Amino acid sequence: MWKLLQIELYKIFKKPRTYIAFGAIAAIILLIQMALLVNGKEYLQFGLGFLDDSFEIPYDRISNGYWICFVILNLLLIHVPILVALVAGDIVSGEANMGTLRLMVSKPVSRTELVLAKFLASVIYVIALLAWMALIALALSMLLFGTGDVVVAKSMELHQIEQSDVLWRYFAAFGFAALALIMVASLSLLLSCLSDNSIGPIVATVCIIIVCTLISEMQIPLYDKYLKPYLFTTYMLGWKGFFYIAVDADGQTIRGSVQNLPAILKSMGVILIYIAGFVTTAVLVFRKKDILS
Amino acid sequence: MKKIFPFLLLCLLVSPALIKAQDVHQLVEKVKARIETVKDYTASGKMKTNVSFLKVPLANVVIYFRRPNQLKIKNEKGISFVPKGAVSINLNNIISSGSYTALDAGQDKLNSIPVRVVKLLPSDENAEVVLSTLYIDEARLVILKTRTTTRDNGSYELEMSYGNYTSYGLPDKIIFSFNTKEYKLPKGVTFDFDDGSGAKPEKDKTKNRKGRAEITIHSYTINKGLADDVFK
Amino acid sequence: MSAIIRVNNLSKQFNEIAAVTDLSFTVNEGDVYGFLGQNGAGKSTTIRMLLTLVRPSSGSIHVFGKDLFTHRAEILKQVGAVIEKPDLYKYLSAYDNLSLFAKMSGLQVSRTLLMDQLKQVGLEERAFSKVKTFSQGMKQRLGIAVALVHNPRLIVLDEPTNGLDPQGIADIRNLVLKLSREMGKTILVSSHLLSEIELVATRMLIIDKGKKMVEGSVAELLDPSKTVVQLETTDNKETKEKLKQSKWSGFLQPDHGAVQLKMNKDEVPALVNDLVNMQVQLLSVNSTHSLEDYFLSLTTRPGHVEAFTN
Repeated sequence: MWKLLQIELYKIFKKPRTYIAFGAIAAIILLIQMALLVNGKEYLQFGLGFLDDSFEIPYDRISNGYWICFVILNLLLIHVPILVALVAGDIVSGEANMGTLRLMVSKPVSRTELVLAKFLASVIYVIALLAWMALIALALSMLLFGTGDVVVAKSMELHQIEQSDVLWRYFAAFGFAALALIMVASLSLLLSCLSDNSIGPIVATVCIIIVCTLISEMQIPLYDKYLKPYLFTTYMLGWKGFFYIAVDADGQTIRGSVQNLPAILKSMGVILIYIAGFVTTAVLVFRKKDILS
Repeated sequence: MKKIFPFLLLCLLVSPALIKAQDVHQLVEKVKARIETVKDYTASGKMKTNVSFLKVPLANVVIYFRRPNQLKIKNEKGISFVPKGAVSINLNNIISSGSYTALDAGQDKLNSIPVRVVKLLPSDENAEVVLSTLYIDEARLVILKTRTTTRDNGSYELEMSYGNYTSYGLPDKIIFSFNTKEYKLPKGVTFDFDDGSGAKPEKDKTKNRKGRAEITIHSYTINKGLADDVFK
Repeated sequence: MSAIIRVNNLSKQFNEIAAVTDLSFTVNEGDVYGFLGQNGAGKSTTIRMLLTLVRPSSGSIHVFGKDLFTHRAEILKQVGAVIEKPDLYKYLSAYDNLSLFAKMSGLQVSRTLLMDQLKQVGLEERAFSKVKTFSQGMKQRLGIAVALVHNPRLIVLDEPTNGLDPQGIADIRNLVLKLSREMGKTILVSSHLLSEIELVATRMLIIDKGKKMVEGSVAELLDPSKTVVQLETTDNKETKEKLKQSKWSGFLQPDHGAVQLKMNKDEVPALVNDLVNMQVQLLSVNSTHSLEDYFLSLTTRPGHVEAFTN
């Protein structure tokens, strides 16, 4: 199994396509950083501007490296699934398309191990992608913009987290994001097992995510009641939960607290169930699949 | 004679009020005189903010003041959302201009301390402040509470309690109450993680439109001079 | 001689289409087993079942005396294969491709071993070039290196000469002979060209529409006695009458319009001599081997099948 995983990783990281994602992430993040460096205040006013009447808002202090990382994650984590699909959606069907799948499957390794090795390789790819993101979005932003308290806007609330209480939340958020993206990877893997061309599963993954996200965010009571609780996309934004801080009876934030930890844990549980479901199905499909490519 | 009677009657009725108005004017002037002994100060304290949509931590703030009306509240390390009307904790804003009419609104009690209620009406019709009500502790010559109605920014309320710095007319604790707008951004912009807590703000929408900031001051540095750039 | 592959009543159904029906055959140790059939006859499906790529609908496959599906890994360790086109990772070098698949075959790879293998197929100088820069022939040779690197007992070559130039075809033929004669490998090689199979195979099977048509040793199937001689004369009817009354009557084939005799090729000169003596005016004499004739007929004249299979 370890040998298979090494082989899969070797293939992934030798493939030029893999680096598109790393390049794209770096480019987008640098663009956002540059934009916020120049027009950070205007961007903030978009969200906080109408509080100007009632409050003195220290825009300069809000646009620090920690906040910028949050903005980047907020903008980017919706799109990273596409980058994950680019690799995970191709991982089986790409080989079918290329013709190497038949050679692989005729080797003395079990198909279950093969799919699991491919899944684990996608997991490592996802983690590498997030580590890369963390490096540029967090470390570089901290370097460029310094650190400070983070102000996070919810649709009806503003949460402020003290500087010393921030970093662990990023680790937790990246951990959660990894889990959510692993779920995307496992969905892509399943679709990849069902197909013999590389584009299909990539496009299908992206479409499924778009449709489910739309349903999750449309706020139509019928969908909210009967569909939303079952859509995996509903749970993907859980990383933000770590930036929603709890308040005490006096209305002051409690350092180190999370507003709704059970909801985050529940989301993690649901995501784990989805991952297990997708991967198990992928294994079953692949075991039964006639390799005709 | 017939014409004079109503006038006399009026004088008779109004004169005690006029006398009283004179009294309260003096009272306000006394309070003002005490306040004016402070040319500048730097106060450090903690600010507690209670606004329904703001989840912020207890903040360490420094207040800088310089006569006649420069005031700045700063959070030295982190971020603080300082309510704009908070500058009115600078009482000079209201009374130092001198062009006001003081009306006596009788006696009252605040936390079992007897106070005189004085209503101040600015003489300038275009002034931002429309009406200020002061609750003055006549014994200590300090203002315990003010209620200010402004032309554009709603009304504020200030409650002050005094301790070590009573002689300067400076409070140890200020509670500032103000009106806030409701905060709302489209969900399509914020992409909230819907953790099921979304229904709650609806419930207390009407109840909690008022914001409160409570500043507890632990030390003042008075009349030591202040650089200009702290007010920038 | 032990059976390396034993296939019994193998069938594969893709939805409504029967790709392979009730196929049985045996490949013995040391055989170069030719698997012959037109495109779409079921060769590839059978080979894919032998390599566990496709699951049979029914029937059994035993390789090295063990059930293929219950002893899959153990068996596949000793099997090397080139399946149709030699598709490899184009973005990797020849060396990397070989190393990767050798590892998957459970081999402890060393640089010497891999370079030796590449040398054997004449690719040592291009070992570190990416496969996308390779010609079809080079890819085929690399594919063979991949099939052989773990020194398998059984080698399966599915249409190994497809897309190759004449030199490439000759190279593959020589390689198959070398593997068989010098290294004692058992080889299953499929093709749609009889000419290719007859040059290398010791035994062969002809499959058509998923069914077995013929199986036997090449020596037996290509027996010269099974030559079909076709005569063209000025009067075919009269020629047939004359032949019926001669010693050749037993060789005469049922009427196909032309005059046909099934006989040993060596006797053709004597037949021509007799025809001249019978004063038959010969326009042409055409002799083909019956297997070739038969094989061609599979696509053109299905009715002709019995002529050979009887």
